[in-house]
Amino acid sequence: MKPLTALLFLLVIISVLVSPLNAVAQQIPGNKETVEIGLSTDTIAITSGFRGTDLTVFGALDNADPLIQRQGRYDIVVILQGPERNFVVRRKDRFFGVWVNAESVTFQHIPASYSLASTRNLQDIAVPKTFAQLALGVNNIFYEPMPDGFDSSASLREFTKELPRLKLKQNLYSQRPGDVQFLSSTLFRATLSLPANVPVGKHVARAFLFRNGEFLRESSTSLNIVKAGLEYRIYKAAHENSLLYGLFAVFLAVFTGWMGRLMFRKD
Amino acid sequence: MGSGSELGIYLPIAEISVNIFVLFGMGAAVGFLSGMFGVGGGFLITPLLIFYNIPPAVAVATGANQVIASSFTGALTHFKRGSLDVKLGTLLVIGGIVGAAVGIYVFVLLRELGQLDLIVSLLYVIFLSTIGGLMLLESIRSMRRTKAGQLSTLKKPGQHNWVHRLPFKMRFRASKIYVSIIPILALGAAIGFLSSIMGVGGGFIMVPAMIYLLKVPTNVVIGTSLYQIVFVTAFTTVMQATTNQSVDIVLAFLLMSGGVIGAQYGTRIGQKLRGEQLRALLATLVLAVGLRLAIELFVTPDDLYSIAIALVTPGAS
Repeated sequence: MKPLTALLFLLVIISVLVSPLNAVAQQIPGNKETVEIGLSTDTIAITSGFRGTDLTVFGALDNADPLIQRQGRYDIVVILQGPERNFVVRRKDRFFGVWVNAESVTFQHIPASYSLASTRNLQDIAVPKTFAQLALGVNNIFYEPMPDGFDSSASLREFTKELPRLKLKQNLYSQRPGDVQFLSSTLFRATLSLPANVPVGKHVARAFLFRNGEFLRESSTSLNIVKAGLEYRIYKAAHENSLLYGLFAVFLAVFTGWMGRLMFRKD
Repeated sequence: MGSGSELGIYLPIAEISVNIFVLFGMGAAVGFLSGMFGVGGGFLITPLLIFYNIPPAVAVATGANQVIASSFTGALTHFKRGSLDVKLGTLLVIGGIVGAAVGIYVFVLLRELGQLDLIVSLLYVIFLSTIGGLMLLESIRSMRRTKAGQLSTLKKPGQHNWVHRLPFKMRFRASKIYVSIIPILALGAAIGFLSSIMGVGGGFIMVPAMIYLLKVPTNVVIGTSLYQIVFVTAFTTVMQATTNQSVDIVLAFLLMSGGVIGAQYGTRIGQKLRGEQLRALLATLVLAVGLRLAIELFVTPDDLYSIAIALVTPGAS
């Protein structure tokens, strides 16, 4: 297993480099455990044929108490969170038999994507209050409405429930209990989802360490997701040079029409 | 959709993967019909794209772009033959550009309100059922007439109507008419508006309006209408590209190349076949597309809730 050895070596280097710094910053008396995660790359370029994949994040748990570890009472939750956007959730109602978008609520600073992997089911790791305080998990993300983005608190409650459901349905949000696995006493692997429609931009990966249901500390790293290929260049041109793009679209149409005439002219 | 197959192509603006041959075939089929009947085909392309899960905003903007290809060559031919009234056409273009600009503004507004898809569908249901219905009636009537052994004669339009009492009259030599510019600008504006909201050229409204309202002789009607369509759809395309970024050139190119080829064969077949049956066939097709769109408006959606990136600060809900 050559790649794994290389990775382990890399992780050792990362933990050697990062740990002392981290230890100073987050030293809590009595808790000397640290958690680190590393990605093999800081940029992922996805091409137009991209149909979704798993992203594997490796991490290390250092200075763990061997007894607690043997009892399996260390838990790790890893999330990958996409760039924040504003979203509007709409509900269709019937008007004269026709389904029409009626009420809506606008939310702000919502992660466009959110993938979570954990050693076990969240409810087995800690009490709900802990996750609520950490805003960890699809149901605990703070779905912040725009100040004047809703009509009533009843509709806000209703739409706040629908937002994560819609995101889960689009595969943009996912929770994968059991997909953080310990490979050795210190090394773990988290498998996260990058859906086909993953948003481009800066994604943040965060690892949360729990011991006996108590949150100890977290660490994070970031990942840039960019799109590559001709199709993406077209997309970029359409957004960044939209006038030129529009003129080119007209030219292409005129040219295609003219070519067709040349090709099929009988005389 | 082209799930994983090598025939799949990713549309950069519509942001979905589609099958190349389905879209090429769609373009060819509509091009064939437009060649056969001498219609633009934009009013069939946009609903077909919506059925194929292309977002309506992209379908409308790309539809307008695609119309340019088929109208340009036609306009060029008429220009060379001299069967095109440039002066009248230019006035229609001026009206059209104003109408298209207003249309784009309404388009953006509807998109922000989340009502664009509904309004596009509603407009198509209204237009397709009206036009399909009228065409079907007309072709059935003329089929009966042929059976009864009568000669089908075109009704001679009345000599004067209210349009000719309007002020600001202008003489159009190529069309041999002397008419107020108000109805011309208004007609152009109406077509421009439809072009930006529905992604059509609008020939199916323009041609009868020019004949019956403005009394333009039939020999210059088609050429002048195509002339206006080329400029107005070009303007609409650029406006859609700059305000909504919803023109998909990959999609447009697939449709255009299919359309150009299909139109050639359509024209040839159209010259050989009998008119009434063909018109009845097209009318049935138009009605079927309209009906399919109508059904979708009434059927309870799988999910009453939807999510989209918020385009503006809220307030209106």
